[in-house]
Amino acid sequence: MAMTRKKQRTIMILGGLAILGVASGVILTQLKDTIVFFYTPTEVSEKSISPQTRFRLGGLVEKGSVERGNGVTVKFIVTDNAKTVKVSYTGTLPDLFGEGQGVVTEGKLNAGGVFVADTVLAKHDENYMPKEVADSLKKQGYWKHDEDKKP
Amino acid sequence: MITETGHFVLILALVLAIFQTIVPMYGAAKNDARLMATAQTAAITQFLLVSIAFGALMHGYLVSDFTIKNVYANSHSAKPLIYKISGVWANHEGSLLLWVLILTMFGAAVAVFSGNLPPTLKARVLAVQGSVASAFLGFILFTSNPFERLNPAPIEGTGMNPMLQDPALAIHPPLLYAGYVGLSVAFSFAVAALIEGKVDAAWARWVRPWTLAAWMFLTVGISLGSWWAYYELGWGGWWFWDPVENASFMPWLVATALLHSAIVVEKRNALKVWTILLAILAFSLSLLGTFLVRSGVLTSVHAFANDPERGVFILAILVFFVGGSLSLYAWRATSLKAGGIFAPLSREGSLVLNNLFLAVAAFAVLTGTLFPLVYESFTGGKISVGAPFFNMVFGILIVPLLLLLPVGPFLSWKRANGLAAIKRLWIAGLAVVATIVTVFVLKADGPWAAPIGMGIAVWLIAGSLSEMAERTKFLRSPFMTFWARLKGLPGASIGMTLAHLGMGVTVIGIVAITAWKQERILVMKPSESINFAGTQVTFVSEIAGQGPNYSAETGRFDVTVDGKFVTSLYSEKRIFQPSGTPTTEVGIHPFWSGDLYVVMGDAVKTGGRTVRLYFNPFAPLIWFGSLIMFIGGMISLLDRRYRVGAPKKAKKPTLQAAE
Repeated sequence: MAMTRKKQRTIMILGGLAILGVASGVILTQLKDTIVFFYTPTEVSEKSISPQTRFRLGGLVEKGSVERGNGVTVKFIVTDNAKTVKVSYTGTLPDLFGEGQGVVTEGKLNAGGVFVADTVLAKHDENYMPKEVADSLKKQGYWKHDEDKKP
Repeated sequence: MITETGHFVLILALVLAIFQTIVPMYGAAKNDARLMATAQTAAITQFLLVSIAFGALMHGYLVSDFTIKNVYANSHSAKPLIYKISGVWANHEGSLLLWVLILTMFGAAVAVFSGNLPPTLKARVLAVQGSVASAFLGFILFTSNPFERLNPAPIEGTGMNPMLQDPALAIHPPLLYAGYVGLSVAFSFAVAALIEGKVDAAWARWVRPWTLAAWMFLTVGISLGSWWAYYELGWGGWWFWDPVENASFMPWLVATALLHSAIVVEKRNALKVWTILLAILAFSLSLLGTFLVRSGVLTSVHAFANDPERGVFILAILVFFVGGSLSLYAWRATSLKAGGIFAPLSREGSLVLNNLFLAVAAFAVLTGTLFPLVYESFTGGKISVGAPFFNMVFGILIVPLLLLLPVGPFLSWKRANGLAAIKRLWIAGLAVVATIVTVFVLKADGPWAAPIGMGIAVWLIAGSLSEMAERTKFLRSPFMTFWARLKGLPGASIGMTLAHLGMGVTVIGIVAITAWKQERILVMKPSESINFAGTQVTFVSEIAGQGPNYSAETGRFDVTVDGKFVTSLYSEKRIFQPSGTPTTEVGIHPFWSGDLYVVMGDAVKTGGRTVRLYFNPFAPLIWFGSLIMFIGGMISLLDRRYRVGAPKKAKKPTLQAAE
């Protein structure tokens, strides 16, 4: 049973296709199950999002809204200057979290309409605005691109 | 004056790079030795010019010359010296200059160390290298000039992003870039080979050391970045599947595949077309990574404020090089002669399988990384693809690869006896079973997959050592025979064993931290204690202090085990001047069994602080394993057979007269 070049190529191609096929199947089903949508406060108020749905909420942290209680839970309000959503987060906040700053949080709504976040995305650069937040602010006309770039 | 010189030589470098792209390429087509020879001089001179430009910018940082916009925007006179130096590349313009510096350094290295390359191949390789340099020098000069002046000059700079003021992050970009850009050499060799229409064992022998060097730098660069994220960001994690992380991981996967497929080209003259494709893809993914990081099209926690217009320029470079090289590939690849035939069960077969898994894993990471972009452009909806996707998909693809890894080196070329290979691994197999049982008994309450994960790690380590024991006849022959054989092992063989073993060590760390990490968030007041992960942690006090360019509040945490004092950990909140940016320093104590990790959070109204505690079992092994891989690469690189110029060794140690 000698190996011919044609046979070798066939085996390699079939093997490659098999692995790629399995991988594509896994990729597609996983994408369907694991993608997380990003919503602005306006979108949250327009859609009726079920409490089981995990999503990302982004916008600006409303000035004066951050409440650090006595425990490890922090409450604040995320706004897109049109609508707001109350957020509750348990844990230590990233260093660059601040009032009036852009923020992206991930979690679920509870029955009372409060967004219970388990993740507050940190950023490395205070001038960095997550793209989704920048886009939604632009849409509302509240975002000027070169605002913080002095000379 | 120095600044203007820097700007001027950078323009000269661009002109020279364009020259280097065109003239040697034309010379190779016309077989004109004089024109081809210009490539070498051009490459070396170009490196010198870019070095001068880089030195000029660094000078600006060292003397805090705030008439330079870039220095003003990213430096401060009170900054410690090391961060004045690293400040040069801690910003967009400077980091691109570093990119080009390393690119031209590789170009000059190819020019110097490849005396035995056929002249046409050498000229074409350097010409392609020159074209990449032209594109990036043009990008710097037209959109991102680091030498722009300010008038009037400010008295003080605005400071550097404090999060980057860290020793590991000072050297992370140069190492990572050396990896990214090092892959350009493999790319240039691939394009040159397509133009020549010839790929043979010698070609693979020339390409291998360059790919290996790039791979080593990528390995250690990625690892350093992950370590930094672990101790600096204070989330207790080490890998987040963030787009910026994926951007560096994809080229690593493809470069790993390329290293393995180049072996088949070299030993068996087969898989040539595929190897060329991998060389093109590896560098293409480096360019894609540069684009993703620099353009900010994807939301990333590691992203910095950026400028979309520049992104378009990099996108154009990306499209040109990827599109151009792939078109050339489609046109010319069929002209390469097919090589040796092998059975599916053979060393070649195992390397093909390795390549398939790595390539498909890279494809999966690419899909997950770019999917949000695709989704948005089709539906307008914004989504994110997070860790659950990558963990599942990557896990499914990587586990079979790791299971097969120790078997490959036992298979013979052309046609192998699979049963014989498995038999030689019986000791490793026993070690795996023992590990799985032990871990299962000790950690019965942990996740069920953890014992299997540990079994895989031991399989990698014991399997790699078995191969070395087999080669050296360990315990099956007198000690002196073993010793002589061990000393006689080629560097490439020791390097392979170490790289595979290092992978196993990294897997131990990954499995342990994933399965058995402990976490606790609570409010602690000074002098309060808590029992955590077998230790007692006491929040002793808070002290206010002052650093060179920041003020700090330091929390002291005393750690005791069974009533015996072990160490004091310090976690700090720093406020950097002049920006007022806060950062957190984590307190970490490495026990043998893992890291105790303490983060002091914000103050609470009623007094006290939120405190986050982690116990990360065996975490340091993640980075230690990659260090072993790096050392393995280094030993392999020193293998005389791969040293550039090795085929012809000078017999007579006489000096040659200079020409």
